[in-house]
Amino acid sequence: MSEKPNSKPQVRAPRVNHETKPFWDATAEGKLLVKKCNDCGENHFYPRSLCPFCFSDNTEFLECSGKGVIYTYSVTRRTKEPWAIAYVTLEEGPTMMTNLINCDFDNLSIGQAVEVAFVDTGEGTALPFFQPA
Amino acid sequence: MTIKGKAYIAGIYEHPTRNAEGKTVPQLHAEVAKGALEDAGLTKDDIDAYYCAGDVPGMGGINQAEYMGLNLRQIDSTETGGSSYVLHVNHAAQAIATGHCKVALITLAGRPRADAKDQIRVRPGGGAPAEYGFEGPFRPTVTNMYGMAAMRHMHEFGTTSEQLAWVKVAASHHAQYNEHAVLRDVVTVEDVVNSPIIADPLHRLDCCVVSDGGGAIIVVAPEIAKQLKRPGVRVLGAGEAPKHLNGGKVDLTFSGARWSGPDAFAEAGVTPADIKYASIYDSFTITVVETLEDLGFCAKGEGGKFVSDGNLISGVGKLPFNTDGGGLCNNHPSDRGGITKVIEAVRQLRGEAHSKVQVPNCDIALAHGTGGLLGSRMGSGTLIMERGDA
Repeated sequence: MSEKPNSKPQVRAPRVNHETKPFWDATAEGKLLVKKCNDCGENHFYPRSLCPFCFSDNTEFLECSGKGVIYTYSVTRRTKEPWAIAYVTLEEGPTMMTNLINCDFDNLSIGQAVEVAFVDTGEGTALPFFQPA
Repeated sequence: MTIKGKAYIAGIYEHPTRNAEGKTVPQLHAEVAKGALEDAGLTKDDIDAYYCAGDVPGMGGINQAEYMGLNLRQIDSTETGGSSYVLHVNHAAQAIATGHCKVALITLAGRPRADAKDQIRVRPGGGAPAEYGFEGPFRPTVTNMYGMAAMRHMHEFGTTSEQLAWVKVAASHHAQYNEHAVLRDVVTVEDVVNSPIIADPLHRLDCCVVSDGGGAIIVVAPEIAKQLKRPGVRVLGAGEAPKHLNGGKVDLTFSGARWSGPDAFAEAGVTPADIKYASIYDSFTITVVETLEDLGFCAKGEGGKFVSDGNLISGVGKLPFNTDGGGLCNNHPSDRGGITKVIEAVRQLRGEAHSKVQVPNCDIALAHGTGGLLGSRMGSGTLIMERGDA
C-alpha cells in the first residue's frame, strides 16, 4: 500500500490560553519552544507555569533547534486521507505529539531524524508538524 | 490496615443485551443493579454505598442514586476510564473495612451503538484539559494512540503482529461458548493479520468490539456474606495507579500495571504463579501483552512470546484469560470493559464459567483494568480475589 506524500496536512487551530500564549505566539515566527526549569534544570512539554518535576515556579521558555527523532508513530489508514500521528523526541529532551508530513507513510521508521515544519493556521498561530530531516 | 479478607463480592450481573435501542442509560444502570442484587440475594434497600464512573449521567452518582431510589452512606464516582470499576471494588472494600458501609453497589452501562444510530454524541468529562491545544490538532484517536504504543513495543522488543494476533485467537476460542458474545467465530492468526489495518500496526481484529449494555457488582461486609446462600468471593488485595506523559519523558512500552500490580500482589500475599485465572483488560491485543509483562506474568518484552501458541486459551495454555471472550469478542459496554473483567473472574472463582472454559480448581483469580490510552495517559487497577468459603 502506498500513500501520496501528505503535503497538505489538515490544519486545526489550537486552543490558546494565557499559560500557553507565548508558545503559540512563537509558532507564528517559526520558533518551537519548550519550558525550562531554572531550579532543577529539566525541560518539559507541554509548557506549564510550574515545573512538573520539582514544582518550582521559576520556569521560562526555551527556543528549540526544531530537530528530533521519531519516538513512535502510527498511520491511520482506514480513512479517505490517512495521517501519521507521532511522538517526536526533541534534541532538548522532551517528547511531543505531532503529525509527520511531507513524507512517504510507508517509509517512516522509529529513530528517524525529523525537523519541525510549521503550518500556518490562519489564526495567528502555526502548528508544529515534523518532516524528515 | 488492609482490605484483605474484609470484603466479599456477593453479586454480579452482566446485561445480556449488546444493542440497547429502546433503553435509556439510567435504565440500563438500574437493570444491572437489579440483576446483581438478585444474584446476591439482597434487596435495593440493603445498599448503603454506590460507586460509578463517567458513564453515569448527571453529577457523580447522585442523579442515578435518585433514579434507583437509593439511600446511601457512601458515594464515589472515581473516573479512570474503563478501569474505574476495578478501582471501585478497591474503594468499596476500603469503605467496608473501615466501617463506612456494608453493602456497596457498582454499576457500568452505556449504549454507544444505539447512540451512534440515533446520532447522539455523549462524552463524559468536564472542560478542556491543559494539554488539549498540544494534542487535539494532531488527531489522536483511541486506535492510533494504542497503535503508537504497539509500534514502540515492536521496535524495542521485536514483538510481531502474529504474536499480538494470538491474544485475539485465544479470546475467540472462549467467545464461541458465550451465547451473548458479539463475535463468536473462532479466528486464526492469519485471519487477524489479514484483516484491514485501522492504524499501524493494529488490524481490525486487534480491536475490541463496540457494544451496548453494562454490568454490576455487589461488594459486602463479611458478616453479610455469611448470611447469603451463595459462597462469596473474598477480596485479597488491590492496587491502582494513574500513569501520564511525565512532563515529556514518554515511555509507551509499559502501563500503570507496573505499579498497581505489585501493590495488589503484596496486599494479597500471593505471586503471579498463584493466579489460576486472569481477566486482563483487552481494548486491543497490545493492551494484554503490555499488561501481562507489567503484572509480572513474564519479563518485560517477553509478552509477545508469552501469549503465543495458545498460552492464554483455557485448557490449552498456562494462563487462561478472558474466558467470556473479553472485550475483543464478547462485550465492551459503554466503550469500557472494567466491570466485565471482575464479573468473569467471579464466575471462574464460583465455578460458574461455561463448562468448556471453566478453570479446574480455580481458587485465586486476578482482574485488571486499563482505562484511557495505553502507556500515555491512563488509569490502571488490579484486583486479586479468592474463592470464598464464607
